[in-house]
Amino acid sequence: MGSATEYNRRDIFKRAAGIAVLAAAGSPLLAACAGGTGGSDTKGAKSGGYNLADAKNPFGVDGKAALEAFIFDGGFGSEYLKAFAAIYAKTYPDAKINQQADKDVTGKLQPRFNAGSPPDVIDDSGNKQIKLDVLVDSNQLTDLQPLLDAPYLDDPSKKVKDVLMPGTIDSGTIKGKVYNLSYVYTVFGLWYSAKLFKDHGWTAPKTWADFITLCGQIKAAGIAPLAHQGKYPYYINVAMLDMIAKQGGLDLMKRIDTLDPTAWDDPAVKTAIDSFYQVVDKDFLLPGTNGMTHIEAQTAWNQYKAAFIPSGSWLENEQLPSTPADFGMTFLPMPSLPGDKLPFEAIRAGAGEPFIVPRQAKNVAGGLEFLRMMLTKEASGKFAEVANSLTCLKDGVGPEVKLRPGTQSTVVALKAAGANTFNYQYPNTASKFDEDLQNSSGELMAKRIGPDEWIKRAKESATKNKTA
Amino acid sequence: MRHGKYPFIVGFLFLPIVLYVGLVLWPYLQTFGYSLTDWSGQSQQMNFVGLDNYSKLLGDDVFLGALWHNVFLLAVLPIVTILIALFFAFMLNVGGRGGTGGVQGVRGAGLYKVVFFFPQVLSIAILAVLWQAVYRTDGSGLANGILIKLGLADAQHPVAWLSDPDLVLWCILGVLVWSGVGFYLVLFSAAMQSIPKDIYEAALLDGAKRGQTFFRITLPLLWETVQTAWVYLAIVAMDAFALVASMTPGRTYGGGPDHHSELMSTYLMRNFLAFGEAGYACAMGVVIFFFTLILSVVSLRVTRRERIEY
Repeated sequence: MGSATEYNRRDIFKRAAGIAVLAAAGSPLLAACAGGTGGSDTKGAKSGGYNLADAKNPFGVDGKAALEAFIFDGGFGSEYLKAFAAIYAKTYPDAKINQQADKDVTGKLQPRFNAGSPPDVIDDSGNKQIKLDVLVDSNQLTDLQPLLDAPYLDDPSKKVKDVLMPGTIDSGTIKGKVYNLSYVYTVFGLWYSAKLFKDHGWTAPKTWADFITLCGQIKAAGIAPLAHQGKYPYYINVAMLDMIAKQGGLDLMKRIDTLDPTAWDDPAVKTAIDSFYQVVDKDFLLPGTNGMTHIEAQTAWNQYKAAFIPSGSWLENEQLPSTPADFGMTFLPMPSLPGDKLPFEAIRAGAGEPFIVPRQAKNVAGGLEFLRMMLTKEASGKFAEVANSLTCLKDGVGPEVKLRPGTQSTVVALKAAGANTFNYQYPNTASKFDEDLQNSSGELMAKRIGPDEWIKRAKESATKNKTA
Repeated sequence: MRHGKYPFIVGFLFLPIVLYVGLVLWPYLQTFGYSLTDWSGQSQQMNFVGLDNYSKLLGDDVFLGALWHNVFLLAVLPIVTILIALFFAFMLNVGGRGGTGGVQGVRGAGLYKVVFFFPQVLSIAILAVLWQAVYRTDGSGLANGILIKLGLADAQHPVAWLSDPDLVLWCILGVLVWSGVGFYLVLFSAAMQSIPKDIYEAALLDGAKRGQTFFRITLPLLWETVQTAWVYLAIVAMDAFALVASMTPGRTYGGGPDHHSELMSTYLMRNFLAFGEAGYACAMGVVIFFFTLILSVVSLRVTRRERIEY
């Protein structure tokens, strides 16, 4: 998750003028109004162009063709891209590899998508992500089905789709087709410091009642029980929606994902949000946390000012510079409520960090091959090492890879969860609904609205965006 | 031989005009065109939808709220900035009463001018970082830190500043005024220095006080500059994009909490870049364009006065 504040004056002008200048890349006004140039620009992905029986080069990569890879320079850094480029260069030493990493994906790439010359492989992520549903609607992405059906590099007897973690293909699917490889396997929940808990003799709670009791003890000890990244209500939304999913089960989650307005009438929603609201009502929040950026809140948490914080598993890598050596970062699934349909061990987990191959890229085959190479055990281990996160490759981290405590705790949690993982899709498929939900959560955390109003707003937004 | 004049002028202006038409007028026209389509912003495929985007705008509460926020800035920002800048400029140029009969600024005027101009040389990015440190929502923030030390704020519930729906626009306004005053101070200073000193001396001989000198002499002779400043500031108030986008909470391009600092420009950008509704965003762009245009014309007309030659 990147910072939202990096601007310089030139960028500002670019954006202010963006509405005008970006438009200039395309066809003349009248032609534009008349409907553009659909379909005349299929340079790469012809579905018949691949020889998927060929384990060495199923996509027909031209070894001399240059490859341009662009990644979001966020929580996982950009170190891993170098390792991947080196792996690609081993097979194709003649290919010139152009590596780029930036926080502002939209700013850098939107003009290039419009001009029809996007990079060959992109990690489209972060705060300035180009929304995937928008790209799919605009017919800008290569269908990744051939990649899934291609032979797996480490073991050609398997196909790529057989070695992926459960849920990877689901999160790559938009409107029925697989358009992105969500490479990083992320686990979502609460995080705490094992050291802080050991020093005070606290144990991690498994039920929400225990959680609330413990929060009272923590507050009595002079520490704020809960911090959250209030400037971006995305994070606290994860915790809230996880409680809803655990209480209401996967069916309810699916109904929320499909923007079914009646999902919000389900009693499970009210139970979950009413229970959750206790942390606000009992004043368990870190003072000022409602206005903090993710870095401010997480750093305060690293300084033992708060006991719990919600986040995904990129947290460890993002906080490396400010985490004390003996902090003992540990993951905790959202505590259970009475009557939960999913067990305590159930966690939101899923593949994130969507890698895409633009349809109009010059080297679509190279982009696909790059993705296939990213799924080798070598690449996956490298990623776990330098970016401190798991990948969507099943058993992608061998015993030889040394993990940090936070990442290690997610491996344990994933093993405990087994098949009990779930993942909401609406953040990728319904941007506006997601934003409305986040705004409401910001209001709820600041105690400006209550649980009933929150649910009402969620329902209204689902109704509104369902029809749109 | 006067008939050769126009080709001659056009010859000189050819390049600038081509650049202006190509890089300014043509994109404007394109924006008008795109505002009539359902362009997603990510490809060149789109459909003509007529005035749908505009009728949608009229029923969009967030956009109408944003419009009101812009109007609020428009009403307050120019007045506050100009008043403060005028006051400082007057004090720095003619407000001093040190010598006998001389017209001069207060002591240390040169230094003050540099200091006041300082915010103007900082880039907006630095302004945003600086003020975020001031407006931090816990005790480590400059503003909260001081308030807590003075006992005016509760350390357990510090002021939320940018995350408080009632304060956020005032906070932004504060930054805009703080960063703008220096520039207009220098602008007004320059204009004041071109006012002949004998007029002031005459007034002094007649026993005019500071206030009288200001209202009877400085302000009328400065009217044109004030008018220009008004138009500039109105345009700033119509935009104010960078600060709101980088400082206020919100998923993309700020505008939070819950749209309480939403401006037309931030809402435009979110629709343009995040929601894939570039056509709709273009319609907002067109609305902003006409709004600003009408505003400039009106304020220039209303404030028009006779020019005083000296």
